[in-house]
Amino acid sequence: MDDFLIRAFLAGIGVAVVAGPLGAFVVWRRMAYFGDTLSHSGLLGVVLGLMTGIGASAGVLIVALAISLLLVLLQRRQRLASDTLLGIFSHTALSLGLVVIAFMETLRVDLLGYLFGDILAVTRTDLWWVLGGGVLALAVLVALWRPLLAITVHEELARVEGVPVGVVDLVFMLLIALVVAMAMKIVGILLITSLLIIPAATARRFSSSPEQMALLAALIGVLAVAGGLAGSLQWDTPAGPSVVLAAAVLFGISQLVPRSG
Amino acid sequence: MDDALLLLSVHDLTVRFDGRTVLECVEMDLHAGEIVTLIGPNGAGKTTLVRVVLGLMQPDRGKVYRRPGMRIGYMPQRLRVDPVLPITVRRFLLLAGRGVAGRLSEVVEEVGVGHVLDAPLQHISGGEMQRVMLARALLRAPELLVLDEPVQGVDVNGQEELYGLISRIRDRHGCGILMVSHDLHLVMASTDRVVCLNHHVCCSGSPESVTQHPAYRDLFGSSRFAIYTHHHDHLHDLHGDVVRRPAEKRGGRDG
Repeated sequence: MDDFLIRAFLAGIGVAVVAGPLGAFVVWRRMAYFGDTLSHSGLLGVVLGLMTGIGASAGVLIVALAISLLLVLLQRRQRLASDTLLGIFSHTALSLGLVVIAFMETLRVDLLGYLFGDILAVTRTDLWWVLGGGVLALAVLVALWRPLLAITVHEELARVEGVPVGVVDLVFMLLIALVVAMAMKIVGILLITSLLIIPAATARRFSSSPEQMALLAALIGVLAVAGGLAGSLQWDTPAGPSVVLAAAVLFGISQLVPRSG
Repeated sequence: MDDALLLLSVHDLTVRFDGRTVLECVEMDLHAGEIVTLIGPNGAGKTTLVRVVLGLMQPDRGKVYRRPGMRIGYMPQRLRVDPVLPITVRRFLLLAGRGVAGRLSEVVEEVGVGHVLDAPLQHISGGEMQRVMLARALLRAPELLVLDEPVQGVDVNGQEELYGLISRIRDRHGCGILMVSHDLHLVMASTDRVVCLNHHVCCSGSPESVTQHPAYRDLFGSSRFAIYTHHHDHLHDLHGDVVRRPAEKRGGRDG
């Protein structure tokens, strides 16, 4: 196998392993739209990162974090429903990214690559980002597992029981931002949410505990990445969308299987 | 009562939402080993007072004293867990905190939820859910137990049983209990003091004295049993689950 293919598979698997468990929380907490908003802000992050010289991934992380904080602040005082607020942010951030790119005449950006992913162009540096970020994200997720689950079940009850809800929520948002930065190269900012949601939703039918669902989601994500990449090589289709379609096919199959428990 | 037993004291408490006064100059004390029941019509500010007591909300004015370091067990009014989260009753109970696993079997037996321990949380009945939430609160070995409508969605026999259980918990553990209720009649036997709330404290004292109080009678009418009936748009079956009310049947049953 060629070097770039090995890197593509490793990066894809790294992202899937993190996106599965994190995606389970996104599904449980009904935060799909939030994930969309963060990933749509990714393009702006890329541009700002390249402009300032801190690099695309760091730029994505910083912009996603800034948007998370802004959302938390606005949700506290605004009367708009949070999906309305997220919709405004999501598309504003994406449009802002596109407009800023148009202004940057000196900056050459592979727009399609960022929007839909360019997994076969994953560099050695990208791979380190994915693997390092992945290990970090998983370690944090394991450490936060119980408080995060307690908040998911009943936020106020968790608060009374002494869970620092604000801090845990903020770290959770950071983790999503990290996954967005990691997954951008793989499936592109327009499709990242699907890597969070589809494997988790597929795993639900076969799980009877939160941990089981999280692990299965990771496994299903890995299968989707492997299947999608293989299909993409076979039929010469775009890699990112092929991975998402593979995940969707697995989801479809899971719905046909009779429920076990 | 001895101040060494004082767990909770609320003084001159005022809370406003958008210029609407929800609580005004509320005073309330609670001591260890005491059951205090908050009653009042819907929208009287009972849950707001509970939230302030729990520290979930800051009052606009007034003071809240909680005994320093006091462990609080809280039973929220409702708990709906999305079916997309696979979680058993046991797992839900263990979320109460580190180090509660050792107390699990004891608490489960006391509250009587052993038979649903391995069932998915979403599959148990309304009455079982109330007991499970009570168990979760008890797992923390609380000095103060705060129960927001603990018998909600439970049929009348089950309500009496649950109130009996709550009294026994007080007797056995000596904790203070703050409870919210719609209905004074059923709760009378198991409460020491009643605080009748309608944005301000209308009257308070022993259940017997409160039922004789003119302010109480104004709020709840003067029938002998003084059952407060709130508007229900649904009925409950024997498990306490909600069933739809037939269109022609209005008023009447409250359960």
